[in-house]
Amino acid sequence: MNPLRRELEIVAAWIEPGARVLDLGCGDGLLLDYLVRNKGVAAYGLELDPAKVSRCMERGVNVVHADLDKGIRDFRKDSFDHVILSQALQAVHYPDKLLEEVLRVGQEGIITFPNIGYWRMRLQFMFRGRMPRGPALPYAWYSTPNIRLCTVRDFEHLCSTLGVRIVERRLLDRAHHSHAIMNLAPNLFGEIALYRIRREVT
Amino acid sequence: MVSNLPADSVGLVTQHKAVFEEPLSLDCGQVLPRYELVYETYGALNRDRTNAILVCHALSGSHHAAGYHSEHDRKPGWWETCIGPGKPLDTNRFFIVCVNNLGGCHGSTGPATTNPETGKPYGDDFPVVTVKDWVRSHSRLADRMEIKQWAAVAGGSLGGMQALQWAIDFPQRLRHAIVIAAAPRLSAQNIGFNEVARQAIMADPEFHGGRYYDHNVSPGRGLAVARMLGHITYLSDDAMRAKFGRDLRGKMSYDFDEVDFQVESYLRYQGQQFVQGFDANTYMLMTKALDYFDPAADYGDDLSTALAGIECGTLLISFSSDWRFAPERSVEILRALLDNEKPVSYLEVEATQGHDAFLMPIPRYIEAFSAYMGNVAQECAP
Repeated sequence: MNPLRRELEIVAAWIEPGARVLDLGCGDGLLLDYLVRNKGVAAYGLELDPAKVSRCMERGVNVVHADLDKGIRDFRKDSFDHVILSQALQAVHYPDKLLEEVLRVGQEGIITFPNIGYWRMRLQFMFRGRMPRGPALPYAWYSTPNIRLCTVRDFEHLCSTLGVRIVERRLLDRAHHSHAIMNLAPNLFGEIALYRIRREVT
Repeated sequence: MVSNLPADSVGLVTQHKAVFEEPLSLDCGQVLPRYELVYETYGALNRDRTNAILVCHALSGSHHAAGYHSEHDRKPGWWETCIGPGKPLDTNRFFIVCVNNLGGCHGSTGPATTNPETGKPYGDDFPVVTVKDWVRSHSRLADRMEIKQWAAVAGGSLGGMQALQWAIDFPQRLRHAIVIAAAPRLSAQNIGFNEVARQAIMADPEFHGGRYYDHNVSPGRGLAVARMLGHITYLSDDAMRAKFGRDLRGKMSYDFDEVDFQVESYLRYQGQQFVQGFDANTYMLMTKALDYFDPAADYGDDLSTALAGIECGTLLISFSSDWRFAPERSVEILRALLDNEKPVSYLEVEATQGHDAFLMPIPRYIEAFSAYMGNVAQECAP
């Protein structure tokens, strides 16, 4: 088995065997390959980087070369049980539009992103006066693909604005551990945020 | 014998011929009483006969897809970039078969073949064949070769269309369809270009209504013009600008007989070269097969319905500067496969070479094609 990052392990645990899964920004297909082999899911990945598209093909993962900023209109409404957006929400131009698309094509969205409200980020900004960097945000400001950074509170605010229901939230620190303190002040102590979201039942 | 041929080539190859005495019913309603197919093979068929790949050729192609017929050949087969040891269609792992399509002019039964009913070449009596007819004829060759299921059927352009038709017509006889630089059907513009090509051939006084063999002539000028037109549509505007710009051969002649611009010289040369190895009636037939290709037409004009029954995995590749079959055309196929939740992968390769890119060694293209085929090869293992 491929060693999955703790984050991906949590995501994998949220997916039931045989589910239909779409991974937006699937990278080299590691997660999908794991899900196909271990959970027998029917999966597609979307990826913009052609080199990573080839890695997916090598693994035998279904992959579509596409730009998330151009939308996912090629997929029909409700075609998936889960739509995964792992560390990709902050890299698209219109995260709000994409979230709506995620819940159009999928029953459930699984969203993970680096929380810019994490205390170390705040400290860097406050005392060094520089754009924060860290394991979850390794790039310099001028070359980062992460152009739409948000905090846990920002994300949850957007969800309520869009009428999106948060089913579950998990937080991790840089060692990919969860601690009780994170639930006390998630926006301060969570470095990576993971969400399961669904359309609000009206 | 010391060979100067490249190490990553299949080297010297010879063609085979299969004769079919069993009549073949065609889409046009006519029946070919007997026919012959010439083909080449590269690599070795494994014991379980599971590693065979059918390569389908495009408009001007032939069964000679890779390698050389003699040490003196100036050029290898048309898909040398993709077929050979270590290449995407790796002859160390796969057994590759490429057939000259019916109606062709490289040895398979076609318009220059003697019509058994008249004792003269078929000429314009040769029935208009379709992609579906070709696929049916390929399947008979597969039967003959005792290949129950292809590991993949692959092709670019019109060849990709045949791969798609294979997936529709014989869903259980292929595990993968490799559809490169193709479209689910031609646009009005595509058909328009083909019609101009045919008109150029028919306007040649040597055409004689397609019976030029009887007069020992051939409509070379018309065919050359058709090819020149086609060639422009295979290149991109950028590629032509980069290659020729407005470069002159010498001074401007202020005359119509002289060749002024380099691009004119190039196109004339391409036309002349093409005419030496190609038959005008075959060009007419191939363009018609392209025009008529429309698998959705049999399924209420709905491509998703047409592809609902396929059982293979599909690899789709397009090229950014291809305006003959633009990336959006491949995406139409992609969307129809996604509608049916079929296994499919798609890559749009950034390339300046236009439609012809599918014949070229573009690293991203070769990398992806190899990656996909590596996985196909693993499935062939018993």
